[in-house]
Amino acid sequence: MKTDRKLLMLIAVFGLIGLAPMLIAQDSLLNIIIMTLYAALLGQAWNILGGYGGQVSFGHAAYFGTGAYAVAVLQVQFGINPWIGLVAGGIAAAAVGAFIGFCTFRYGLRGSYFALVTLAFAEVLRILSNSVDFTGAGVGLLIPLERSAANFQFVSKEGFFWVIWILTFAAFLTVWKIGNSRFGAQLMAVRDNEDAARALGVDAFRVKMGAIMLSGFFAGLAGVFYAQYFLYLDPHIAYGAAISVESLLVPIIGGMGTLFGPLLGAAFLHGLSELSRAVIGDAPGISLVLYGVLLVIMVLFVPRGLAGLASHLRSGKPGQPRAEEGKGHA
Amino acid sequence: MLEVSNLRAGYGAVEVLRGIDLAIDMGEIVTLLGSNGVGKTTFSAVVSGLMQPWSGAITFEGKPIAGLSSQAIVDEGVIQVPEGRHVFPNMTVRENLELGSYRRGKGNRMRNIEHVAEIFPRLRERFSQKAGTLSGGEQQMLAIGRGMMAEPRLLILDEPSIGLSPLLVEEMFSLIKQLNTDGLTILLVEQNVLQSMEIADRAFVMENGEIKLSGIPGDLMDNPELQRSYLGLA
Repeated sequence: MKTDRKLLMLIAVFGLIGLAPMLIAQDSLLNIIIMTLYAALLGQAWNILGGYGGQVSFGHAAYFGTGAYAVAVLQVQFGINPWIGLVAGGIAAAAVGAFIGFCTFRYGLRGSYFALVTLAFAEVLRILSNSVDFTGAGVGLLIPLERSAANFQFVSKEGFFWVIWILTFAAFLTVWKIGNSRFGAQLMAVRDNEDAARALGVDAFRVKMGAIMLSGFFAGLAGVFYAQYFLYLDPHIAYGAAISVESLLVPIIGGMGTLFGPLLGAAFLHGLSELSRAVIGDAPGISLVLYGVLLVIMVLFVPRGLAGLASHLRSGKPGQPRAEEGKGHA
Repeated sequence: MLEVSNLRAGYGAVEVLRGIDLAIDMGEIVTLLGSNGVGKTTFSAVVSGLMQPWSGAITFEGKPIAGLSSQAIVDEGVIQVPEGRHVFPNMTVRENLELGSYRRGKGNRMRNIEHVAEIFPRLRERFSQKAGTLSGGEQQMLAIGRGMMAEPRLLILDEPSIGLSPLLVEEMFSLIKQLNTDGLTILLVEQNVLQSMEIADRAFVMENGEIKLSGIPGDLMDNPELQRSYLGLA
């Protein structure tokens, strides 16, 4: 019953968002919604692994950048259609996820060790993409402007809106499904207590591998969309720390391990970013300063994120951090 | 049913289990006693596949299980309820229970939940409550119930009385006895010597990674070494 309500709510929310192109004539406003959906997609990708799986990643740029470079390189170097690149980008990012997952989970890396290794992988990929010719090295890759829907380059923002709407909706539906599946239950069990989950016969390695590949796939799709939207990529954009920070900040602010958290976090962050731009102007680095301050405030005062705050206001119960195992009272 | 011979295991270069020999017959409650740090939890982790042994043999119902994955050992019917309860706090009681039965198929899940709810009626009242909000005793019941959902033929209970009030400890031990009366074979890993001995058919006492004493509880309770080391009697 509760499950169906969540699904209905999800359909209703995305239905409402889907009205945006009809109600908003201004390109700049539509752009904000597009970028919010894009951030929600990236955040939801992180949320699968970090929120539902408890494997906090500092290096989601590795998947984002791989997706972005996959579509750009296939297009620029091999003339392959970017719609094919969209699928290829997702798969390539999932493959990077599988590689990183194998190298880390196979050897039992958890917590801060896992987080640091993911950061290192993203850095390695940034350095590699900065050093080889087919990625355009430090100069980057400029995707030639050939506006047509068949070429994943739309004349108006509306086309891009529908692409990111579909991708983000698909990611949210996937996460809804995870929350109601055996895989999801096992993933959350591994998050809460890996040894207890293993004692019940849960194959923790397989479950975490599934999560990292799925997470990588959706982060890769976000990268593909970014590349097609801005038509330019360089190693700093694709594999830079800013992407990794944004991907984890969105669900932390919105609510880790919740279905709607990444959407709330993305809307809040982009709202704040626009507000700061209007008030302070477009000073370089100001958004990162704001993000840092916000992160400290959220962790200290709203540890369950905006989704937790909303459920607290609804139920009247305190918004405590997610429960830790084994804290019952005798 | 379970036979362990010359089992050695450890962490890094530190040997914790130094040649354990132990056997459990079907339908028994066997208790493995010992103070903190003697290797009891390591032993139950190795038997249940959470840790790989260095050497030695473990057979369950005639089949070698040493070194198998925890999933494979669960499939064989050996279920461990870890020390410290370890319920999944953000899931409901029902979701916790269902997790125990995923390897037994959907068909058995409902039947197993009913069975567990009959054994632990208090859990039935709290099916939709988050496990993290249960009391310590209820969490322990949930942890055992979750293990029961996996249809064990051998249930390994690692310190089920730890952190519980004396009244709850009493209740927990009579529950364990009841499970055994219903036909379940139990390996009870405990520090609580007196109450474990009361319900056990046989007991093993560990010290420094080795079995120091073994026998039936009545005989062991008269053993001066046990009296001195564990019961504080001169």
